[in-house]
Amino acid sequence: MMRDQKLWTWHLAAGVVILFFLGMHMTVMHLNTVVVLKGLNPAGGHPIDWTNVVARARSGFFMVTYVVLLGAALFHGLYGLRNILFELDPARWLKRAISGLLLGGGLGLFVIGTWAAIVARSM
Amino acid sequence: MLESKGHPNRLGIWGWLGGGRWGAERYLYTLHRLTGLGLLAYFLLHIIVTSSRALGQARWTQAMGAVSGPLFKVGEYLVFLAFAFHAINGIRLGIIELGFGVGKPIEPVYPYRTSLDVQRPIAIGVLVLAAVLVVMGTLNFWVLE
Repeated sequence: MMRDQKLWTWHLAAGVVILFFLGMHMTVMHLNTVVVLKGLNPAGGHPIDWTNVVARARSGFFMVTYVVLLGAALFHGLYGLRNILFELDPARWLKRAISGLLLGGGLGLFVIGTWAAIVARSM
Repeated sequence: MLESKGHPNRLGIWGWLGGGRWGAERYLYTLHRLTGLGLLAYFLLHIIVTSSRALGQARWTQAMGAVSGPLFKVGEYLVFLAFAFHAINGIRLGIIELGFGVGKPIEPVYPYRTSLDVQRPIAIGVLVLAAVLVVMGTLNFWVLE
């Protein structure tokens, strides 16, 4: 039980991290005409235009925040999903399988996302 | 690992649908879960799609081309709406979790009062703030962009 209390505390802490970094991400990507942040989309135009993507990818600040947001969001989301599934009272073996699957999948996606952030920085 | 203490979740997912005597906050709880699941599903795909930037401009353009068009734009807008609600409601849940805004403990004297009455202004504030974000997002998605 103690372990779950710790995980729940991490779940809340990850939520705070996500609030800041995903808030920033959403502002840059989806509120770009309402909240104009010229430095974050230096080429102007759409945030997903290649020039803007490269400019952000080369920034050390963006690389670090991408990886932190990636880890926090994966943990927050997958732990939340685990809680929802566990509430349905699955058998003990199924709980272990769910935990293993979510942990493995989460780590795999974290590796892919982190690899992309590091490689993209040298473009 | 969580252990059942002999009180299985009898209603299961169906319990999400009925607020019962728990009131409006119960529906916020259901909406928080639904938006969370939606955001998670999008996010897992988003990691794969956006990682294509590491493979160069051609792969990035190809990946963005695969997720463009009116249907994806509507989907992206729904993700923004889910984010607006989930983020702001998450602040409310954090405040409540830490014991703020729930009022002081009182004796259970009839007619009973619940802390939900004390929390209600926070819930209303959440919906107003989320609505402001939704308006900004709607302008960005459909009017200004």
